[in-house]
Amino acid sequence: MLERAFKGSKGYWVWLVALLAVIGVGFGFYLRQLTFGLGITGMSRDVSWGFYIAQFTFLVGVAASAVMLVIPYYLHDYKKFGRITVLGEFLAVASVIMCLLFIIVDLGQPMRLFNVLIHPTPNSMLFWDMIVLNGYLFLNILIGWNVLEAEKNSVPPPQWVKPLIYISIPWAISIHTVTAFLYCGLPGRGFWLTAILAPRFLASAFAAGPAFLILLAFIVRRFARYDAGRDQIQTMAKIVTYGAIANVFFFLCEVFVALYSQIPGHTAHLQYLFFGLHGHGVLVPWMWTSIFLMLAAIILLVIPSARRNEAVLGVACVAIFVGIWIDKGLGMISGGFIPNPLHHVKEYVPTIPEIAITVAVYAAGFLILTILYKVVVGVKQEVGE
Amino acid sequence: MKDKGKIIVGLVIFVVVLTFPFWYNHGVATQAPEPELTKKAKKADKCVEETAYMRKEHMQILDKWRDTVVRDGKRMYVNANGKEYMASLSNTCIDCHSNKEEFCDKCHDYASVEPYCWDCHTYPEEKE
Amino acid sequence: MDDTRRSFLKFAGISALGLGSVSTLASLMPGSATASDESSAPHYKETKKALTAKRWGMVIDTRKLTPRLCEKMIEACHKAHNVPDHDNERHTVKWIWTDEFEHIFPMKQNEYLAERLKGLPIVSLCNQCNNPPCVQACPTKATFQREDGIVMMDFHRCIGCRFCMAACPYGSRSFNFRDPRPAIEEENDDFPTRMRGVVEKCNFCAERLAEGKMPACVEVSEGALVFGDLEDPNSEIRKVLRENYVIQRKQNLGTNPSVYYII
Ligand code: SF4
Ligand code: SF4
Ligand code: SF4
Repeated sequence: MLERAFKGSKGYWVWLVALLAVIGVGFGFYLRQLTFGLGITGMSRDVSWGFYIAQFTFLVGVAASAVMLVIPYYLHDYKKFGRITVLGEFLAVASVIMCLLFIIVDLGQPMRLFNVLIHPTPNSMLFWDMIVLNGYLFLNILIGWNVLEAEKNSVPPPQWVKPLIYISIPWAISIHTVTAFLYCGLPGRGFWLTAILAPRFLASAFAAGPAFLILLAFIVRRFARYDAGRDQIQTMAKIVTYGAIANVFFFLCEVFVALYSQIPGHTAHLQYLFFGLHGHGVLVPWMWTSIFLMLAAIILLVIPSARRNEAVLGVACVAIFVGIWIDKGLGMISGGFIPNPLHHVKEYVPTIPEIAITVAVYAAGFLILTILYKVVVGVKQEVGE
Repeated sequence: MKDKGKIIVGLVIFVVVLTFPFWYNHGVATQAPEPELTKKAKKADKCVEETAYMRKEHMQILDKWRDTVVRDGKRMYVNANGKEYMASLSNTCIDCHSNKEEFCDKCHDYASVEPYCWDCHTYPEEKE
Repeated sequence: MDDTRRSFLKFAGISALGLGSVSTLASLMPGSATASDESSAPHYKETKKALTAKRWGMVIDTRKLTPRLCEKMIEACHKAHNVPDHDNERHTVKWIWTDEFEHIFPMKQNEYLAERLKGLPIVSLCNQCNNPPCVQACPTKATFQREDGIVMMDFHRCIGCRFCMAACPYGSRSFNFRDPRPAIEEENDDFPTRMRGVVEKCNFCAERLAEGKMPACVEVSEGALVFGDLEDPNSEIRKVLRENYVIQRKQNLGTNPSVYYII
């Protein structure tokens, strides 16, 4: 099937070459990071995780959200999603690969990565995160590929795929739960120390992931002339709506607990993010933009006539995606480190090399995504869907 | 398979690239170097274990030493003859083998291995 | 069986099983036990001079601290352990440093703080927690707790994921954002430097204890720091603890620091 990825229009090749160029630039910076050390980033003793880990967190969500297509199709027998579940699964594959790349670029000693396996440490959440992420990657490759192959040959998928699909559902939930556990189990980091972190991660994932898929569906329709289907897109729009509302609700719950209890260790971080603390507040405009985008998108999405208009839906999806990206990809990680445990405010701003490496990892993800989608669309068009 | 030709050409290029180091070094086989001993090392005659063993297994011993020292806090090594040594690269090994370049690097360079001991541990040349 | 092999088996096992206790598997392998029939088999032991304890601890008497004394302790520690001094603030590495009362004890600040404490530098170092969250978080056991309570770093094993830094509630850990060597003024050959990409922190001078010496900071502290075995009722540190009211940092987090402060 993969041979379909090697035949494409000029635009397809230009896109791939452009992605490779971006990867090349980022790789150059990464070599510099390898020789000099993580000092080329904006991270510090006080904000010891930055952009990389934040993107990782965000993308685990995108990966987990594939389950929002799998559940309706396989558990509720919502046949229409048959056209797009594979798209969701392959988006998950590309996202998990990006997650793993982000973990690797964040390591100070990447050559020693396998120490995690040589000295397995079950009391560390990072150990479990490795297991669930790799497992999820494996499951989705296996499921997506076999289902697609079967579709190509117009036969039902092999029997043994079914149990894997059922396993993949709780597994998807687990990847984002364990990722939240990385943070919410740490004493002394008041911002993350909340039981609602995992649910909130999942809610924002189920908004951002399908929103992104809707946008991808528009792109695929435009450039590859494959239509995911109007009904399918509308159903996903509803999922996005529920996810976005749940996310804002969970967030408000958190804000209430922090502000009403007025425990300094919990309020300080929110104060830093939304109002600035001791005269520092680089993230303040970003955080308000995020809130504004999410609320505006929710308003657009809950109005049925607006949601049904695909142009409006597109705008709302962009707003959701960007809003949640700011929340998780910018505020969530550095917000937890500021102020630091000794209540000093040491801010974090990513550097240009750091951003170049980040963009390169995204480009690698898009490269994988493009190739996989090319194959999917090729197969789908062949069997005449 | 229309692309058979292309695939074969691709495969051949791949194999050639992959085996390039072997081709490149073909016929220029060099003599394996002999590590040089300092006076002190010669005088001691024997290392912490038999020479043959040390040649083959010094990395395992060092690995074991560092784990035992760092993780178990046991800093003395007692060899089969009951002789005691501080299990320390910088203080015990380098005390005799103070000629890192002729002793360590010679073989390591030949075998293209780059142990990262010296990123953290000191050796005499550096001491000035 | 040699060690590489055992590690490899562990590795292969974990890859095959995905998860589960592989060390049991390795221990079932024939020959993995050390040959014990020869009494003269090579073995390891502690140095004779070594100072030992059931649980090392420290009391910091803030009444005796002065800026000059703190400087001395910091210098002694950082010299002994090749702690670099980088120009860029973001790359800072420190094992022991000073801060003000309200930062060392953020939960204990109040408007009417005693005059004496205002602006007084108080030393801060790793608390050698008895229930250390950094150890719990580390995915490779590069941070581990010794029998005697010392929370140690194995620089050889650390992958630089910085999970331990997020887990430590006291900001006791530093990361080598770059090669530390150029920033070390005068290298001490008795202690290794670190390389870029690993985490480091105070080790309660484990290497000095092995040689029968007190920690470097304690040695120069003119009595402001008392170091000893918390589980030995006859030790000096226990005497000090009996006679004074002491506090621990962020006690409510359950980490149970082994460093106590007399205010
Ligand atoms: S103070 Fe921090 S680094 Fe030290 S033992 Fe406690 S948690 Fe670990
Ligand atoms: S940075 Fe090193 S010591 Fe810290 S958690 Fe990671 S592997 Fe363990
Ligand atoms: S106990 Fe040793 S390592 Fe810790 S601060 Fe004091 S001198 Fe430094």
